[in-house]
Amino acid sequence: MARIGVFICHCGENISATVDVVKVVAEAARIPGVAHSVEYKYMCSDPGQQLVKNAIKEKNLTGVVVAACSPRMHEPTFRRACAEAGLNPFLCEMANIREHCSWVHEKGEATTQKALDIVRTLVAKVKKNKALEPIKVPVTKTALVLGGGIAGIQAALDIANSGHKVILVEKAPSIGGHMSQLSETFPTLDCSQCILTPRMVEVAQHANITLYSYSELESLDGFIGNFKARIRRKARGLDEKLCTGCGLCMQKCPTRKIPSEFDAGLGLRPAIYVPFPQAVPNKPVIDREHCTYYRTGKCRLCEKVCPTQAIRFGQEDEIVEAEVGAVVVATGFDIKHGDFFPEYGYGKHQDVIDGLQFERLASASGPTLGEIRRPSDGKVPETVVFIACAGSRDPAKGIEYCSKICCMYTAKHAMLYRHKVHHGKPYVFYMDIRAGGKMYEEFVRRAMEEDGVQYVRGRVSRVYERNGRLVVKGVDTLLGARPLEIEADLVVLATAGVANAGAEELAQKLHVSYDAHKFYAEAHPKLRPVETNTAGIFLAGACQAPKDIPESVAQASGAAAKVGALFSQSELVREPLIAVVDRQAPPVYSSCVGCFLCQSACPYQAIEKEEFRGRDGQVVKTVAKVNPGLCQGCGTCVAFCRTKSIDIQGFSHAQVHAEVLALLERGERDG
Amino acid sequence: MADFNPKIVAFVCNWCTYAGADLTGTSRMKYAPQVSIVRFPCTGRIDFMLLLKAFAGGADGIIVSGCHPNDCHYSSGNFHARRRWVVFRGLMDFLGIDVRRVQFSWVSAAEGAKWAQLVNETTDRIRRLGPFADYQRLRGLGVG
Repeated sequence: MARIGVFICHCGENISATVDVVKVVAEAARIPGVAHSVEYKYMCSDPGQQLVKNAIKEKNLTGVVVAACSPRMHEPTFRRACAEAGLNPFLCEMANIREHCSWVHEKGEATTQKALDIVRTLVAKVKKNKALEPIKVPVTKTALVLGGGIAGIQAALDIANSGHKVILVEKAPSIGGHMSQLSETFPTLDCSQCILTPRMVEVAQHANITLYSYSELESLDGFIGNFKARIRRKARGLDEKLCTGCGLCMQKCPTRKIPSEFDAGLGLRPAIYVPFPQAVPNKPVIDREHCTYYRTGKCRLCEKVCPTQAIRFGQEDEIVEAEVGAVVVATGFDIKHGDFFPEYGYGKHQDVIDGLQFERLASASGPTLGEIRRPSDGKVPETVVFIACAGSRDPAKGIEYCSKICCMYTAKHAMLYRHKVHHGKPYVFYMDIRAGGKMYEEFVRRAMEEDGVQYVRGRVSRVYERNGRLVVKGVDTLLGARPLEIEADLVVLATAGVANAGAEELAQKLHVSYDAHKFYAEAHPKLRPVETNTAGIFLAGACQAPKDIPESVAQASGAAAKVGALFSQSELVREPLIAVVDRQAPPVYSSCVGCFLCQSACPYQAIEKEEFRGRDGQVVKTVAKVNPGLCQGCGTCVAFCRTKSIDIQGFSHAQVHAEVLALLERGERDG
Repeated sequence: MADFNPKIVAFVCNWCTYAGADLTGTSRMKYAPQVSIVRFPCTGRIDFMLLLKAFAGGADGIIVSGCHPNDCHYSSGNFHARRRWVVFRGLMDFLGIDVRRVQFSWVSAAEGAKWAQLVNETTDRIRRLGPFADYQRLRGLGVG
């Protein structure tokens, strides 16, 4: 038999001014199952809480209803008090007679009646409450960081420096990402490699970081604190332990005219190569597509010259399995390439290049050693036109968003060009200049005022060739939409930043959601910017949306802090307000019929299949099972279930039923 | 009909509408006292058969309210609720319950004023519709 205690708070006069508290106390005492009904001026105060605790012990209460403010305010307070008095905290409910009653209605009979209705509802609910124990999930204190660009490097270092193990997986032969390709960085113009490569070395040498370069995630299973990752280590074609990175093989390789990915196609590399001299790890990779041996079966020159006999032509991909507690996704972005801009002659004229290619031209380590020379004939361009928003903010191209970094890097490019070619004429065609950021606006102003970059507000309609020069046809909208033609030697397109080609496939492996442009979705656009909807998986950098280096680094540190918080405890303790599937003794096992509608509805992939086997080992029934580590307690599955086999603790069928019927006053009569 | 005192049950989600109704309170906005709230974690949790139970139990009107589209705390629960509501309307028609007795809405945690307005408008409408007298018939159909 239920013995419910009802504790009605005056909240000073906040409740008692409009609700006849004495009457509610008297009426509540008459509700079947209520063993104790009292009022107090401030129930949340120390003596108020003591009142609750004493009553639990003295009256042997089996449930508590505190009629006071919103549960969003003081539910934790009173649940703690109950726990201290030895009553399971989930046997305590709050009846919200302040925010939902006394504050919103005039003093009168109807208001008192409503307060009583609310109390009766919660008494009916609490009678159906069950004692629950918090869920404890063990945590593997190793983080998996996917992507070795600046975001992944920062996240890996931050996590490693807080004393936890990190596995860093990078797809390319070296870590460093796009940042390693950049020449100088806005708004300070410090050299990208100079600030990045020390971090790369730190990653390689850190005792807590295991680096898997030239590797990709094969699959990820499990849930927060308990993921199992399978990582494919692609065959480099050499024994990494033996290779010293001397580079002899690269010097001797006869196949030398392969466009270098690192130089954005402007430079050449051999078939056995490291992407750039400062690569981490500094171990080459054999490009099997171009290697003479793999193509013709002859050559093996690298094998002959290798002083440590490290070359392994027969090496195969290796799968490594790892248990991790959290994942940071920092897989970065790409820029639009190819024939996406036929009107600009991109891909047709050699001297129409993209922003990353200009970075390589301006970089001291680039194919021209930092001299600005156009790709077609190696001449120093006299006039360069930069076109901002190439693709971005263009619904006709299917990219409605702003790529965010282009305004700034275009200003930087024009500036670098002027610094290197003093007599050169840089023009920038732009739609708007978005220079929000510390020292950003000043930087753009500097480009305009000190470096004499000619900014033209308007769009370019066409770029075509005439007498060996590129004609840029545009319009100057600040001069009455005057048509404009500029003869240029080099055209640089600030092409839109887009999601990586494999972004969708990876999202499906990770079970994280993504937007229409395949950028990964954060759990909340404002308040949970580094978390995904899958617990234990975090985001950093431009895989979430185009962003610059400072933002990527900040987000990476944010993600690392989240991982640190997760790893600060050996067990995750969560409120047990999650879904559970009915279980019964054999031969029924469960009322679940195994339709798995719940599985398709669950936004968290928390529903698993459980098989029951008979004595002969044959599967006799397959039913749903909720993974308590993944379930967030939304209850969508509950409403889907055809057999009412799945229920949610804290908001069970029995509880909400009792509430509704009690509210309608005929509840007791109808049972 | 003007003095008829309807019973209206509001099924709301914890994260948006319940918090929005809290805000109505902290802002001290007044509204009609005939609506009582039942809290759910998410509108996606709401089994719409419960609405029929409420009608069979004597409710004159029902409010279902959760987070705005794309604001769901659980990312998609409110969309499930919306789909169920579309299907449920057909069932209400079939059973002969005036669909105007159910008000489906989105009220965010910042929309205290909208909650007050929603309650007042719904109360007025249910008053005009009069008591839901057919609840015994519903129980005869085995709903109650």
